Amino acid sequence: MKIILNNNPEEIPGASVSVNELLSLKNFTFKMLIIKINGTLVKKTEYKTTMISDGDDVTVLHLISGG
Amino acid sequence: MKSEEIARILNNKIVGIAGCGGLGSNCAVALARVGIGTLIIADFDVISHGNLNRQYYFRDQIGQKKVWALTENIARINPEVKVIAHDLRLTSPDIPLIFKGCDVIVEAFDLADQKEMLLESVLIKLTSVPVVIGLGMAGWGMNNTIRCRKLDNIFICGDEISEISPELPPLAPRVGIVANMQANMVLELLLESEGTK
Repeated sequence: MKIILNNNPEEIPGASVSVNELLSLKNFTFKMLIIKINGTLVKKTEYKTTMISDGDDVTVLHLISGG
Repeated sequence: MKSEEIARILNNKIVGIAGCGGLGSNCAVALARVGIGTLIIADFDVISHGNLNRQYYFRDQIGQKKVWALTENIARINPEVKVIAHDLRLTSPDIPLIFKGCDVIVEAFDLADQKEMLLESVLIKLTSVPVVIGLGMAGWGMNNTIRCRKLDNIFICGDEISEISPELPPLAPRVGIVANMQANMVLELLLESEGTK
């Protein structure tokens, strides 16, 4: 399926993947993240169960310490 | 827009600042100088000697609570700014209560998990409020890597890469740039929202 990930078009195997699966696939190893699908926040507790499908616009923001 | 018009608009605005460390203290001072009507600040921490290399405090304030010292510093700069100070370690349920009524919220925490907590809380419970976050300001030099970008209602200021470490400590110049970039972003949001009315 085709999605947009951080403003870049991406080809992802399968018809749908969970947020967790996408993070694994893309090697997003940072622990602190803000994830939105089509403008809506996905809560950390819902990463396993929230699915991403064809055409979705996904943003993954890595949070780092400092401030 | 002329100074008087800017002052008139900003005087009616409320800005929340979560954290009074390197980002928060410098951002608060910049916003106080331009005359934001009300600043809501929150932090539990105490000023230590090591903070002075970047945080807007003075030697004779070491040992004091950051929120009270910052309130004092703001009063000395611009006594017309109303400061609502909270001496507490913010948790998720506090966020919508403490920052209720804010036109913009500035994220000025230190740890990534606190940033995550604040963002989640604002995005879920204060959905219409823009939040300006600080991300990546360690070390020195690298001026051209510091920028601001928009992600829906989140405005990210910093280089998004440099994490604080013993080899890459936080220092006044870069921290100050990001803090002022956040303040500048706040002004853009407040003044341009007036322009479209």
